[in-house]
Amino acid sequence: MLTLAAITPPVTGPAALVAAVALGAVFGVLLHRGGVANYNVIVNQFRFRDFTVLKIMMTAIIVGGLGVLALNSAGLANYHIKAANMLGIVIGAAIFGVGMVLYGYCPGTAIAAAASGSIHAGVGLAGLLVGGTLYAFSFPWIAKHILPVGALGKVRLPDVSGVPALVWFAALIAIALTVFVLIERTERRTLCPQSN
Amino acid sequence: MSSTSSTPGVLRQSRWNPYVVGAAIGVLSWAVFALVDKPLGVTTSLTGLAGACAAPFIGADTVAANTYFKSHVFKWDYGMLFLGGIALGGFLSAVVSGSFRAETIPLVWRERFGSSAPKRFAAAFLGGILAMFGARLADGCTSGNGISGSLQLAVGGWTFFLTLFAAGIVTSLVLFGSGRSANH
Repeated sequence: MLTLAAITPPVTGPAALVAAVALGAVFGVLLHRGGVANYNVIVNQFRFRDFTVLKIMMTAIIVGGLGVLALNSAGLANYHIKAANMLGIVIGAAIFGVGMVLYGYCPGTAIAAAASGSIHAGVGLAGLLVGGTLYAFSFPWIAKHILPVGALGKVRLPDVSGVPALVWFAALIAIALTVFVLIERTERRTLCPQSN
Repeated sequence: MSSTSSTPGVLRQSRWNPYVVGAAIGVLSWAVFALVDKPLGVTTSLTGLAGACAAPFIGADTVAANTYFKSHVFKWDYGMLFLGGIALGGFLSAVVSGSFRAETIPLVWRERFGSSAPKRFAAAFLGGILAMFGARLADGCTSGNGISGSLQLAVGGWTFFLTLFAAGIVTSLVLFGSGRSANH
């Protein structure tokens, strides 16, 4: 992959469109086989009864983050940092969290779930489109009153803390390993029949 | 594992190890960053589709005149095909593992709210509206902010990730209660 990227960075034209379907399909397969295209798995994460979502996300962030850091250092990938409009992100994430539990999916997993037969995931897809439209028509007001509040720009944790990225990743790995060990222990105990 | 098929066992398992899946999504993000020079994301492209689907209801002119839709025009570009790929992958994965099934009411919902389909559909529809509105306000969802933002150590990504979890935990407490077992 490294060599491929070195030869043709980035893929453009028809090749990019084929790559889009292929990369999306890999993502769809991983979401489905990971179990997160499943309402019960997602809702039970927030009820602390199933930790699949956390396991997948933390592992993806660490493995993905170290790789992208390496690619970026080697000049093979650019960062794509979104502006940290803090008020918008906090309110948006809070609304998103309510919606995700009510729906039982997030937008990506919803697409994979609907394609694997979930009818209520399909109904919620229509809701996603309505939500996008409602946002588009609220945008002028939001852009004026919410997005500028706490607008920090395209900042990364190393920028605001002065702590280098590798130290952040070392800390994340330590936290993730601790959490994973605790989760695996709890899950083993819960699986034991006499605990019921 | 089946002995009646030539399909390798791993392709037939309906669930893979979550750590392996997480690591594979991480590797996928390397490919997306390096090959197409974009972050892994979903709702930016979904916005264009929302505009295209809204046009017959509210008028194409109204959509075309909207500032936000102007910067999110529907087209069959990389992002939109990526969404099509997710659907294709989810479908193939379900068919190959034999887990494709029409689900109307999931188990956890049924235990708490019963088996009324309209009730479940209404909740899914409302939840979808909130999820998309929130994702646009935060400029990214679980993929664009939660994974892609966090893996780049973006301040916004981590803020989104932690706030989303807090809100989700509170919401599930309200919806499902704190009962430690289903017997209560």
